Amino acid sequence: MADLSIDFVGIKAPNPFWLASAPPTDKAYNVERAFEAGWGGVVWKTLGEDPAAVNVSSRYSALYDHNGEVSGFNNIELITDRSLEINLREIEAVKKSWPDRALVVSLMMPCEEQIWKTILKQVEATGADGIELNFGCPHGMPERGMGAAVGQVPEYVEMVTRWCKEHSKMPVIVKLTPNITDVRFPARAAKSGGADAVSLINTINSITSIDLDAMAARPIVDGKSTHGGYCGPAVKPIALNMVGEIARDPETAGLPISGIGGIGNWRDAAEFISLGAGSVQVCTAAMIYGFNIVTEMKEGLSNWMDSKGYENIEAFKGLAVPNTTDWKKLNMNYKVVATIDEDKCIGCGRCYQACEDTSHQAIEVTANEDGTNSFGIIDDNCVGCNLCEITCPVDDCITMDERSKGQPYMNWMQDERNPHREEV
Amino acid sequence: MNMDNSVNYSQQQLALDQMFKDINPALSARQAGIESSRCYYCYDAPCIKACPSKINIPSFIASIHADDLTGAAKTIYKENIMGGSCARVCPTEILCEQACVRNHEAEKAPVKIGLLQRHATDNAEFEGHPFERAENTGKKIAVVGAGPAGLSCAHRLALLGHEVEVFEAQPKAGGLNEYGIAKYKLTENFAQEEVDFILSIGGITVHYDRALGKDISLSTLKEEFDSVFLSIGLQDTSSLYLEHEDNDSVLNSVDFIKELRQATDIDQLDIPKDSAIVIGAGNTAIDIACQLKRLGTEEVTLVYRRGEAQMSATGHEQQIAKNHQVRIKTWSQPEKINLDEQGKLRSMTFSKTYLDQDKLKSTGEQFEVPCSAVFKAVGQKMAYPQTEQLIPTISNGKVATFHNQLTSIEGVFAGGDCTGVGQDLTVEAVQQGKLAALAIHQELTSSEEK
Ligand SMILES: Cc1cc2nc3c(=O)[nH]c(=O)nc-3n(C[C@H](O)[C@H](O)[C@H](O)COP(=O)(O)OP(=O)(O)OC[C@H]3O[C@@H](n4cnc5c(N)ncnc54)[C@H](O)[C@@H]3O)c2cc1C
Ligand SMILES: Cc1cc2nc3c(=O)[nH]c(=O)nc-3n(C[C@H](O)[C@H](O)[C@H](O)COP(=O)(O)O)c2cc1C
Ligand code: SF4
Ligand code: SF4
Ligand code: SF4
Repeated sequence: MADLSIDFVGIKAPNPFWLASAPPTDKAYNVERAFEAGWGGVVWKTLGEDPAAVNVSSRYSALYDHNGEVSGFNNIELITDRSLEINLREIEAVKKSWPDRALVVSLMMPCEEQIWKTILKQVEATGADGIELNFGCPHGMPERGMGAAVGQVPEYVEMVTRWCKEHSKMPVIVKLTPNITDVRFPARAAKSGGADAVSLINTINSITSIDLDAMAARPIVDGKSTHGGYCGPAVKPIALNMVGEIARDPETAGLPISGIGGIGNWRDAAEFISLGAGSVQVCTAAMIYGFNIVTEMKEGLSNWMDSKGYENIEAFKGLAVPNTTDWKKLNMNYKVVATIDEDKCIGCGRCYQACEDTSHQAIEVTANEDGTNSFGIIDDNCVGCNLCEITCPVDDCITMDERSKGQPYMNWMQDERNPHREEV
Repeated sequence: MNMDNSVNYSQQQLALDQMFKDINPALSARQAGIESSRCYYCYDAPCIKACPSKINIPSFIASIHADDLTGAAKTIYKENIMGGSCARVCPTEILCEQACVRNHEAEKAPVKIGLLQRHATDNAEFEGHPFERAENTGKKIAVVGAGPAGLSCAHRLALLGHEVEVFEAQPKAGGLNEYGIAKYKLTENFAQEEVDFILSIGGITVHYDRALGKDISLSTLKEEFDSVFLSIGLQDTSSLYLEHEDNDSVLNSVDFIKELRQATDIDQLDIPKDSAIVIGAGNTAIDIACQLKRLGTEEVTLVYRRGEAQMSATGHEQQIAKNHQVRIKTWSQPEKINLDEQGKLRSMTFSKTYLDQDKLKSTGEQFEVPCSAVFKAVGQKMAYPQTEQLIPTISNGKVATFHNQLTSIEGVFAGGDCTGVGQDLTVEAVQQGKLAALAIHQELTSSEEK
């Protein structure tokens, strides 16, 4: 059985599955039940200064897939709406009862050193394992000069991180906002401020849908709405890219990462870890399906690791990072061509329609006597774009077969067709 | 279609309708959403080719999926104005759904095209009729018979700007939709609601209780109208050629179904209590057997000369019969109808059969099945009104049609069950009515240009 335990910047947990700072980690009641269900750790719902934030009614909206399942989730909630004192008391009690689980406290405070100094002492006194700086909340808080407003200015990120490192001994994780052009800049700033790790992503500014009767975005608060923060399966590709960018950036390479964004099963988690994450955090999936999903996540990850012979998380952490490179370094001599397995083909013609209308006219139709059609690839026209394979509804019916003719590796910088090539 | 249903139901009517609940209930909006997402939006979709009325199936399903039921229903009605009843009565397992590419997957689960079609037509809302008529052409066309073929033809002609007069022998329109289809397929007052919907396009006048060969003649119609469309369906039933076939308890299935469909109270029907025999192997046989079961007949035995594989009722229909606990007895042919001393039906005698090089032969072994009624469902025939002087060419017992549904008589077209084209199905009748209308339109408008 694979060993799922982790040591993330000195914070130990029996497994890499943490609940992200959000409603699931809002109070002792939730967190205790999450631990009972088997979660390896939690990042407590972001604490702020008293008086506590006040929320509106009607707070969430969603994007649904074809089967009516949630694929994207949007919220306009703020940080904790309970007093600091209650939260701190509960954090201390929970940590005492669950010493083997990771308990990280998320913080969002105004940009004044004294305020940070005070709260850091208070959190340290609870026995919590570390802190996460919430520089990412995209709604409500930036208007108060906090959250994304700080996360979007690398200088502030560095400054606040430095204060935290100076005034506490706890590991400091900086949570990054995706609402920025190049996520490497705040990551570098966090590192130079002394951050032990970064976590990402927080939610993405979003409007999920418009109610065309009310002519207002959802969720609707008395006829009006505002943009919210987007998360859930739909944001995973964006989160993975940002994690990958930081992992392969020479300036931040090796900086521990807690991966967040659209994680709902073991495979998602394994993908984040292979791109360099040392722990993963989950919010939406738990909010939609409840705490028990961690059972299958742990089981699935463990089974997959066993099948690959990975004994622990470190064994495959970051293995996909060296394979994530710049476009200009890809091999121009590599070639794949689509192949249709006629026995599996059900004759829907989606591949033809897609390639004919929008790609390279590389699929031909042959009308059969019984009125059905057969589809075949015109090898010479196929550029190996994968579109037909993507649109084909039958598993493994279209495969992309390698046809490279033993030519050596040659990238764009070496390619004769590149007018700006570097002479070798 | 969503027409206001202003019929006032009596308690008895409601009780009867309760016994004939939909055999294939409608999808919920959520089910329809999920089912619509199963369609692959095929290129040159095989389901369209397999639909006799050529409805653009992937298109209407995509509209359902995009929450545009109005668009979905319009796409359906554009090709098939009886899309509502076809969604309920079409044997989809041998038509569109049989051709769905999803049959070739391991799950062999075609998209539920019929139920999706019903979802669209049931729930789309229109202000008035979905289509607008073209400018009046000044042409007048007579349609004989207001069944699916006649109504479809009339609707298309009206749409194209012609005036249509329909002559119908019965007091109601709809043909077998009103008088013949199993009550659990077209439930409650659906058939008449659909007729009202079709007629709401305007330009169609229906003359009820006006029969060709009795109240009107083809020659006068030919004189008074620019074109004539014949869609009189099948009127006659085949016979067993047995002694005592005229006994009161030996009935034609179609007659009984007609009574059932028109009944407003179960007490109006003479229902065999303990046992009935149904003779035949088509969908009519299945329909009558199942309807008897629902009416409370204890034992219903369907007897067929050949085996299950040879039955013209589809496997799906046979399953419906089995679900209704109908006993199916194959390889048995009727020999005698047996009466008691009072002349009351007592039983039937059958002999066992087998196939000897494609020829059906009797083994000589006989057996008797007691029954209080016999329902014949051994086929229907066309009976062209004998009083008519002008008679189109009849071939194989049906009105012969040539190019574009044209009969042997100039200006006289025909379609539906009374012709030999296609299978005898509602959707076929609708298609033939539509094609005939297009041909009539073509003829009437192109001759004008000359
Ligand atoms: C019991 C039964 C069950 C069936 N079940 C199904 C089913 O589940 N699915 C399916 O697809 N098909 C089914 N069918 C077949 C389907 O009903 C027919 O194919 C379809 O109704 C044919 O339409 P039509 O317009 O040609 O004829 P009809 O529906 O028969 O309409 C003919 C019309 O012409 C009128 N008429 C007849 N003679 C004259 C005259 N001399 N003058 C004026 N009017 C006249 C009749 O009163 C009638 O209104 C069933 C048929 C039967 C008998
Ligand atoms: C309702 C809701 C409230 C959230 N509140 C916070 C918060 O207080 N602090 C924080 O750092 N992130 C907050 N988040 C962001 C999540 O922690 C997480 O970064 C994001 O949802 C992406 O992960 P997911 O795709 O697994 O949901 C919130 C998310 C949701 C849905
Ligand atoms: S890989 Fe792209 S170019 Fe090749 S056949 Fe498929 S769709 Fe066409
Ligand atoms: S998309 Fe796949 S199943 Fe459909 S025709 Fe092409 S190869 Fe066949
Ligand atoms: S064949 Fe099936 S999957 Fe393809 S368009 Fe028709 S209903 Fe959809």
